Formats: sequence, C-alpha cells, structure tokens
Amino acid sequence: MSDVSQPAAHPPVTDWLNDFDHTDPQWTENPFPIWDELRAASPVVHTERFLGCYLPTTYEAVREIANDPEHFSSRRIIVRDARPEVTQNAAPPITSDPPVHKPAKQLLLPPFTPDAMKKLEPRVRTICNELIDGFVAEKKVDAAARYTKHIPVRAIAHMLGIPEGDSDLFINWIHMILELGIKDENLLLQAVHEMSDYFRDHIEQRRKHPTDDLISYLMNARNKDGQPLEDAHVLGSLRLLLIAGIDTTWSAIGSSLWHLARTPADRERLIAEPELMPTAVEEFLRAYSPVTMAREVIKERTVSGCPVKPGNMVLLSFPAANRDPKMFPDADKVVIDRRENRHAAFGLGIHRCIGSNLARMEMQVALEEWLKRIPDFRLDPAGTVTWSQGTVRGPRQLPFLLGKAM
Amino acid sequence: MAERLKVHVDPDKCQGHARCKALAPELFELDEYGNAREAGDGTVPVGLEDKAWLAKANCPEIAIDVIEE
Ligand code: SF4
Repeated sequence: MSDVSQPAAHPPVTDWLNDFDHTDPQWTENPFPIWDELRAASPVVHTERFLGCYLPTTYEAVREIANDPEHFSSRRIIVRDARPEVTQNAAPPITSDPPVHKPAKQLLLPPFTPDAMKKLEPRVRTICNELIDGFVAEKKVDAAARYTKHIPVRAIAHMLGIPEGDSDLFINWIHMILELGIKDENLLLQAVHEMSDYFRDHIEQRRKHPTDDLISYLMNARNKDGQPLEDAHVLGSLRLLLIAGIDTTWSAIGSSLWHLARTPADRERLIAEPELMPTAVEEFLRAYSPVTMAREVIKERTVSGCPVKPGNMVLLSFPAANRDPKMFPDADKVVIDRRENRHAAFGLGIHRCIGSNLARMEMQVALEEWLKRIPDFRLDPAGTVTWSQGTVRGPRQLPFLLGKAM
Repeated sequence: MAERLKVHVDPDKCQGHARCKALAPELFELDEYGNAREAGDGTVPVGLEDKAWLAKANCPEIAIDVIEE
C-alpha cells in the first residue's frame, strides 16, 4: 500500500510558460499572477507534465473548448499523473460525451431546478444556524473546519437521503479522489470502491423500503426505452452527486468568507444592502471560481490559433477564464455590485454544472446566516490560511477572530 | 424613441444556467429541466427594459437576444 499522507513529489516549477503544474505549491497558494503571466504569453500553453497537458488561459479559448465535445472528450475529467483505462458509467453524465450525455443529464436536471432548491432552502438555513450555534460564543474559529465544510455535505446528504452524520466519511473519500488521487491511483480506487459499496447498501435498503429521496428517484427513473437504469449507471450518478456537490461549494463559501474577512467595506455594504447578496455571490463565483475541469484531446484542432494534439489532456480552467481582463473590466478586482457578469464558474456548454442552482442557494444562505450572526470577523494573524490542491480550489483552514477588533 | 423590446432565448444555446430567470423573473420561464424560454411572446413590458438587457449581459451561453422593434 502506498503512503496515505505523501503523494508522489513533482519537481518545483521554474518555467511556468513551458512546464506549468497546477499541483505546484506556488499555484495552490496564489495562482492569479501565474495565469496573468501565461495569458500575456499565449491563449493556450502546454506542459509535458501529466503525460502532456494544455492550459487555455483566456475566456475565449476556454469557451471554444467547452463548446466542442467532438474534439475534446469528457471521458477523463481530471488531469492526473496516470491515464488509467476509461470505464463506462464512471460518473454520468459528466464523464460522457454526446450522444450518451444528454439523456443522462436530462434525468438529473429536474431535482436541481431553482424551484426545487427553494424547497430545500429552509433545511440549509437550519444547518447553517446549527453550525454557528456550535462556535458563535468563542472568540476564534477555523471557519473551514467548523462551518463551510459541513454545509454542502449535509445538504446533499439530505437530498440523497443518506445520514448527515456520515459526513466525515464522505469528506474523506472526496479528499482521496480529488486531491490525493491525482498522484495516487490506489487511493483513488479505494475511495471509489468504498463509496460504491456504501451506495449499494442504500440501494438494497430502498428495494425493501422505498423513500422519496434522490436515490429512490434514480432507482425509479426510466431510460428512453422505458427500462430502469442499469445499476452501474445509478451508482455512477450517485457517486457524481456526492463528489461534485461537496468540495466545490465548500470552497466557494470559504473563499467568499475569506474575502469578507479581509474586506470590511464589502462586509458592511452587504449588511447594509442585503439585496446586493445575489450579485455579490456571482462576483465571488467569478473571482474565486473553485472548479477546474479537464478534457482529453481526441482529434487534432486549433484553439485561438494554437494547434492542440490528441493524446494530451486539457486543464479547462474556468477560474483563469474568469480573470481574463478582455472579458471582465477590472478582472482582478472583486466588485460586489458588478452588473455584467457572464462568468464561467459553472462551466459552459453541455456540461454546465447540474448543481449550479444548489450551489448558488447554499452560498447565499451560508453568507446571509453568517453575516446576520457574525457581522464582525477577520483573519487570525496567528493562524495560517491553507488552500486545497488541484481540481477544486478553496480554503481548507480559515482561522478567524470573531467580534470587533479591539 | 419609444421602441418596444422583445426577448428571445435560443433553445439550442441555452444550457439552463437560470441567470435570466433570477435577474428578470417577469421575462423568462424555466421548463422542468431548468431550461429557459421567453415568457409569452417575449414582449418586454414598459419599465422592464433594463432587466431585459441585464439578463442578456449575464447569460453565460449568449443565448438571449433582445430585439428592438
Ligand atoms: S441564462 Fe442563458 S443559458 Fe441560462 S437559462 Fe437563461 S437563457 Fe438559458
């Protein structure tokens, strides 16, 4: 067995333009100047790392790739050191290309519409307040460990109908899949297997006692021929919902709070003008987009004038696109009342994030409830903010001092 | 000067981000999958012109047209 805590080391990057690495500590800590440097040089850059990988740096190049499933396949969606065999039904619909993609996606859309999210909102408000109750009397708190981390995991557990109390288990699997798994195949597979066993048990239970949650919804779903979905498909979609629903929104809420901790003017304005919250949430999504997906080049193509070759992966960086000054004036500034904001935080094209309405609702509720109860907070100078690595970017330690500064 | 506006969603481009509905609930409807279409025949009532432009400017898929008649 490989060592759980020590993923394989990559040599540090010295030449970002020709040898970038999104797992390099410098990138993890502060990717923004790196993207600026690369964007100034070329709309698409390449590295030999990860068996060959491109990075589009502009909004336009990202859009071109996202809208072109013919040349850019979604069968692999994470850039990793290895290219293991692709399995069917890994996590449909996100891992599928047309024409298989559309019916798999249609199936999952109805439970995630804005109206469906309105029904879930009170539960999320309760979760947020229960969490705040747990630490509000203290003078300092790690907001990542005790707040942001728990909101999405408990919300999606609620939707799936699995115990919210199993959250730590889910968080651990996702850490193994999205971070450690980039460099360690065994850990990735171990997490996927444990997760599948877990869901298999729940499916069995529901055969005896049907429920009205998302697991039963998928078990009752029919494909276009009127047949139930294959077990592998149900399992794959359940894995996707759990994996995609947690880290991502946890990160988005965390980055937003991190911003508000450092920017009292924005905090005060949001408290004075709560109607600005939806616009501010969009701006946080743009400026601190958590998710970078990947594609695999399967046919030769030219993107923004740059030739790209099959066999390479593409790091489809929605976060870098969202910092493109050609698309967003003052792209580097966080402008909480930015009116025109065509950001790509949830992706573009057919693979637009199914959970975007859920994520938006969770962010808004999490920030509203926090500001209501903790209007004053700031970074704890004695602590360290740490950021996750790789596919999803967000704070994993968020030490705050609560209350007015003396 | 009093031209009338109409909004139109291109169903082939729309991916259901629902930004239009959030910004201009009077002008757009979502189907059971969360994909949008213009409400009614798309005519923008007087006073809501700004919302029409705002929805267009925020649609990530550039799926919304605002037509001046
Ligand atoms: S914002 Fe654009 S993509 Fe989203 S639902 Fe409206 S028209 Fe469709």
